[in-house]
Amino acid sequence: MKLSEKAEEVLETMWIAIEEEGGAFFDPEQAGFSVDDPVCRELTGHALVELRQGMLYFRPEGREAGRITIRRHRLAERLMMDVFNIKGEEGDLKACQFEHLLNEGVDTKLCTLLNHPATCPHGKPIPPGDCCLQARQTGDLGVVPLTECKSGQEGEIAYIQTDDSKKMQKLMAMGVLPGNRIRLVQAFPSYIFRVGFSEFAIDTALAREIFVRKQM
Amino acid sequence: MSSSRSEPLKDRVRKVALVGTPNVGKSVLFNALTGRYVTVSNYPGTSVEVSRGTARVAGQSWEVIDTPGMYAIHTITEEERVAREILLNERPDLVLHVLDARNLERMLAMTLQLVEAGLPVVLVVNIMDEAERMGLSFDLELLRQRLRIPVVGAAMARKRGLEEIQQAMATYQPPGEPRVIAYSRLLERDITAVTSLMSGEYQLSPRSLALLLLQGDEEIAELVRRQEPANGAAIEQVVRDVTFVRRESFHLDLSMERKEIVRKALQGVMQIPANRRESWGERLSRLAVQPVTGVPLLLLTLYFGLFRFVGGFGAGTLVDLLEGRLFEQHFNPWITGLVKGLISWWPLQELLVGEYGVITLGLRYAVGIILPIVATFFLFFSLLEDAGYFPRLALLVDRLFKRFGLTGRAVIPMVLGFGCSTMATMVTRTLETVRERILATLLLALAIPCSAQLGVIIALLSKVPGGLLIWAGVMTLLFLVVGFAAARLMPGETPMFYMELPPMRLPQLANVLTKTYTRMQWYFLEILPLFVLASVLLWLGKITNFFATLVSALTPLMRLIGLPREAAVAFIFGFFRRDYGAAGLYDLQRKGLLDGRQLTVAAVTLTLFIPCVAQFLMMKKERGWRVSLGIFVFVSTLAFGSGYLLNDLLLATGWLSS
Repeated sequence: MKLSEKAEEVLETMWIAIEEEGGAFFDPEQAGFSVDDPVCRELTGHALVELRQGMLYFRPEGREAGRITIRRHRLAERLMMDVFNIKGEEGDLKACQFEHLLNEGVDTKLCTLLNHPATCPHGKPIPPGDCCLQARQTGDLGVVPLTECKSGQEGEIAYIQTDDSKKMQKLMAMGVLPGNRIRLVQAFPSYIFRVGFSEFAIDTALAREIFVRKQM
Repeated sequence: MSSSRSEPLKDRVRKVALVGTPNVGKSVLFNALTGRYVTVSNYPGTSVEVSRGTARVAGQSWEVIDTPGMYAIHTITEEERVAREILLNERPDLVLHVLDARNLERMLAMTLQLVEAGLPVVLVVNIMDEAERMGLSFDLELLRQRLRIPVVGAAMARKRGLEEIQQAMATYQPPGEPRVIAYSRLLERDITAVTSLMSGEYQLSPRSLALLLLQGDEEIAELVRRQEPANGAAIEQVVRDVTFVRRESFHLDLSMERKEIVRKALQGVMQIPANRRESWGERLSRLAVQPVTGVPLLLLTLYFGLFRFVGGFGAGTLVDLLEGRLFEQHFNPWITGLVKGLISWWPLQELLVGEYGVITLGLRYAVGIILPIVATFFLFFSLLEDAGYFPRLALLVDRLFKRFGLTGRAVIPMVLGFGCSTMATMVTRTLETVRERILATLLLALAIPCSAQLGVIIALLSKVPGGLLIWAGVMTLLFLVVGFAAARLMPGETPMFYMELPPMRLPQLANVLTKTYTRMQWYFLEILPLFVLASVLLWLGKITNFFATLVSALTPLMRLIGLPREAAVAFIFGFFRRDYGAAGLYDLQRKGLLDGRQLTVAAVTLTLFIPCVAQFLMMKKERGWRVSLGIFVFVSTLAFGSGYLLNDLLLATGWLSS
């Protein structure tokens, strides 16, 4: 089932009005389209919504479709904000265009990349997907900066994120390379970590730039 | 390549360079290979020290060069640049790559880079003993076959493997062609794109140069520009293109490829036990880095090291013995009688053995007071250095130092400043940013007393109950306030802190003594001429009466801070050297001219007072006129201002008044 972009947006607006704001139904007039609009026909045709007395009601399938669409939208917002660093209205606009590409498993990939975020940049909850539930069950905490690890915890270096290429090279020469095992030895007053048989001390600013795939 | 390589071997001195990351035992190997004749000098144009010595191996003379620590052939720090310069310019006949057996996997990447560059490499897998104690085992024969270079297992601290290294030096056969280390097809294509345009003569292989160019190495870019008059622009263009296409992750990709090559080369070579055993060094390290145990340990170290050993033993026992007994009772009366018997012209008598005589004052201060104190300090410093304590100290104070705009790294010049602030001012070069260097220079000039000063002051003030406490309190307070304020007022950001923590180990006595001796030598060569010069100037001042005029001119200033006019002499001395001034104070106290309050005020003012001539000249050399004059004026004002306030406070409260 492939919906048009317009239909996906209607589903989102409906989902917010009914699921988050507690409405029983959704008034298309309020959203600025009439019941004769082709989008209504598309949604009813896929048996996602019912039209009764000019108002739109979710069918169970439609409720689920709405939930997934809103999840994609908010994941896209997070992507714009956290990774691409596009903020404000510009970010919202781009997220609206981007969300439609997030079907057929791309959303799962994105969700894992973003480490299963729970809220969108505006603070609204992102409905969890299967991947989020699975991650919670297996205890895979995903990729976090070294600052989020506890002393004694071990993990694998996922990536280094720094603007300073010299610093990156220095870290790599010291053995801070993706794939290497890293163990946080101490977190105060400075971070001490061990790679192989060597120990290194770094400050908080640098510890924030080393990302670790944590294992429990 | 170098034409000298084809000369008969026995007729010339061959060169061997020791390379490797810091703390892998290069210096220990260096000391084991070379005899007594070692020179330590700054590499031209840098502050980086390079040791050279000679060795005789199987009838062949060798020049042995100990290079500064380097992590990769692609250089970042000044030390690494110097190390590579040596490989490039001095064309060693042999390169001994020394690495730590425990970190074979991490450090072998540089071996590959050296081999790839076409350098004549022998691999020394050092610290085997500690690795074996941890339960690691190695098949070095397999590694030798895989790398196709000589590989020697060693534990230099125990002289294990020395004979094998000497044998490898004697029998080494240089490879005909540089070994090619194969990378992925993508990387190979990029390398070929660059090397196909290169036709110049180089000390390193074109492949290795191409990789350095792609990593954005500016010095190599400069070198290639010089060597490629025809293709220079074309090469730059190709490098720019590749760099742009792979801008996202070139460094990372290269490191990952090398890591994979190393992993394959090490398969079956290294056996790691499932459970690592913790050595006593690691347990001690744990204690040293945790604030709860680390801070008391630091205080204990300072108390026993600085206060008891340097202050008590060095400045007390040894000075009494050398200055009090040897000079005052035996040497000075003897030499004075001898000179007066030989020379009848009064000014010359004065110059040699008078009140400010070159021998009776200059030599007595230098040898009798300064030497024992500085020697004990450097011994203490070298012990801590070899035990691997400083990096742990650095991480412990990093958070605090950040408030002064410094990182934990600055703790090394700061501690060294307690030995000799001149030497420490020079070492501030190793700090990353100009801002950090200026802040460290200021704090060194102001609140860090050097060991001789410290020794004398501890000896003096320990006779004044509470005096030492007040002195230490004022110093700490000013250090914190000035550091904090300067960091706020000076624009710029505090750089990041990162440091490798070498394992803590028991220092080798021979190494500690060698280091202490080298530092003493540097220090003595630097201060003795100054002491002689100071004596000559003071003598000139005395016979022309200029000195008396200067003392009179300073008298109001002395009175202002509650000191007798004779104290001006100590301050004038203090300008020549900080320790000289403190030694002058020592004389005054023995003559009974100062009471407890005055002694404390004088000690505070003198400690804060201007850096000595040597330190000032070093500041000027390192930081330029503007900054050094600024620091000079600021420090002098603050010194007398604090002396004035402290004197008033002590008078008002009645503390320390006898």
